[in-house]
Amino acid sequence: MPTVLILGAGSDMAVALARRYAAAGHTLQLAARNPGQLRSLEQDLRIRHRIAATVHAFDALDFDSHAAFYQSLPTPPDIVICVFGYLGSQEKGQADWKEASRILHTNFTGAVSILNIVAEDMASRGKGTIIGISSVAGDRGRMSNYLYGSAKAGFTAYLSGLRNRLWHSGAHVMTVEPGFVATQMTQHLKLPPLLTAQPDQVAADIFKAAENKKNVLYTKWFWKYIMLIIKNVPEPIFKKKKL
Amino acid sequence: MRKNIANWGNYPVLDCEEVSFSMEEQLAQYVDAHDNVIARGNGRCYGDASLGEHSISTLRYDKALQFDEQQGIFECQSGLTLDQILDIIVPRGWFLPVTPGTKFITIGGAVASDVHGKNHHSEGSFSNHIISMNVLTGKGPVTCSPETEPDLFWATCGGMGLTGVITTVTFRLKKIETAYIRQKQIKAKNLDEVLQLFEEHKHYTYSMAWIDCLQKGDSFGRSILITGEHATLEQLPAKAAQAPLTLPKKMKLTLPFNLPGFVLNNFTVKLFNALYYAKNTKRVIENTVPYEPFFYPLDAILHWNRGYGKDGFVQYQFVLPMDKKDGLVAILQKISDKGWGSFLAVLKTFGPQDDLISFPMEGYTLALDFPVRDGLFPFLDELDALVLQYGGRLYLTKDARMKESVFWDSYPNAQRFHQIVKEWNPNGKFRSAQSDRLNIQFA
Repeated sequence: MPTVLILGAGSDMAVALARRYAAAGHTLQLAARNPGQLRSLEQDLRIRHRIAATVHAFDALDFDSHAAFYQSLPTPPDIVICVFGYLGSQEKGQADWKEASRILHTNFTGAVSILNIVAEDMASRGKGTIIGISSVAGDRGRMSNYLYGSAKAGFTAYLSGLRNRLWHSGAHVMTVEPGFVATQMTQHLKLPPLLTAQPDQVAADIFKAAENKKNVLYTKWFWKYIMLIIKNVPEPIFKKKKL
Repeated sequence: MRKNIANWGNYPVLDCEEVSFSMEEQLAQYVDAHDNVIARGNGRCYGDASLGEHSISTLRYDKALQFDEQQGIFECQSGLTLDQILDIIVPRGWFLPVTPGTKFITIGGAVASDVHGKNHHSEGSFSNHIISMNVLTGKGPVTCSPETEPDLFWATCGGMGLTGVITTVTFRLKKIETAYIRQKQIKAKNLDEVLQLFEEHKHYTYSMAWIDCLQKGDSFGRSILITGEHATLEQLPAKAAQAPLTLPKKMKLTLPFNLPGFVLNNFTVKLFNALYYAKNTKRVIENTVPYEPFFYPLDAILHWNRGYGKDGFVQYQFVLPMDKKDGLVAILQKISDKGWGSFLAVLKTFGPQDDLISFPMEGYTLALDFPVRDGLFPFLDELDALVLQYGGRLYLTKDARMKESVFWDSYPNAQRFHQIVKEWNPNGKFRSAQSDRLNIQFA
């Protein structure tokens, strides 16, 4: 059975993805900054799905450690899902470079750093799947979260370039743009219930789309059309909307 | 985030802050930093027991931690639902030792309510099957069991979250050969007959009765007694026996919105009950069914609670001692006279229970739904008076409105419970709208 590496395995979305892939019998490699927090998930996956799971320390911001981290995995993964992210505070980040740089480096630089290493490996093996969880926030900058949005925009562009490159060597890259998802990251936000997905719905969507080698997945599906409209609102009007 | 939250009865609706956690450190930090917190699972208690200033959702704290498949011992975090546990254990030949009528409750909720099932008379309530648990009390995390910190243990079983947040639970499972139940349904033409039938069938592991509480005269209390046993491999039809532990197919209908109040009235309730009673054309029916329709008939309809309209409903469940059959008659008579019958009423017998604060006691228990409407609460106060008069009590998990004095007068160990809660929750940090209404912490 294929092995799946989940980067940022502590989040709600990652838990849902791990359970979805484990249900299909995949072997799981769970990585997060604090691997201690992954023990209960590891036990849960073994008990529920009788699959093998391992736990690894991975810090998105410690770029220098990424090569060694990847080398230390028990087997090279067949599927790598980059789930980690940091929403942070736009307001704080505007005045405080520490917050701004944490947002940019977690969502963009850290992701690029590790996926560069994964991509080299998959290119040389001529197979593999990379799934990057980006965000609809990257489709258009808004005054309320353009630090996070611009990092995700960079990540989306990186993934599309990587997809083009790896296609020639037989590996696949899928970009996921989730809309609102009810997770711990968003629990303090007032999200419209009709537009908000549950993590397990998103995970099921991602699993299926990756099996079908989809390039870009909006989840839920209607976000594709919502973002189409939002991207096409003329700037003079968009500016006034204070979004 | 603050929002309006109601539990399963859709009454009351309260403005609460809801937060969740997936790691125990997050929980501890939150509890340290806030007063007025109460744990909340899947919101299937009916009233206000898990609502408060700060409701802490356990739903993300949902990991299975240990499963000893030889001994049938299971350990999990408190937010795991019975539904998910069944998915794990049934295919491996194990079942929940006790289950209530819905599988959409968390294990933490099962402990805090000390839930009972159709097997209470034979196997007790959930607490009888717990080996140990961890509770984040007002004095920090504590491991308790019937042997270790027994006061805390017994005040937590059925204690509605007032000793702290239950974090992990280890409990014993029950061995099964198949995922099927041998079911026997017997029509009873009135209350006397159904009580007689309960007596005759008390050696069955599972039993309960649907009762039509709008009937008068000779048919007063007519009902269908349903008993069951886990089917053995030999009892299964050849086809089912090929895969005896297969999970039932998940079929779910959902009520997408609240039905308008007029849909449920005396006429429709009467009609429903008549049809329900008439569907069994023979007096006795015996068959083998998957466990889901036997244990969880209403779970197939998600959000059936919306059937009662937007004002919500209360479920009224009381228990009376075994020798107080006349009390049961008096209460049913009052309901029948008022004509406010419940869609479905469930009658059961309980076995002995010596827990500190849990609901069951040896006797009869009846559960009824009443849509919230003008005059309902004064009427329920009249029923409360009868329950008290006959030495019974109400189920805290379903309570949304009883008066303070009813609780203190009907639970014989209320004072002792209050003392233990004060010891483990010294600052009254863990409190709910219900505990405030019943004045449990500060009395």
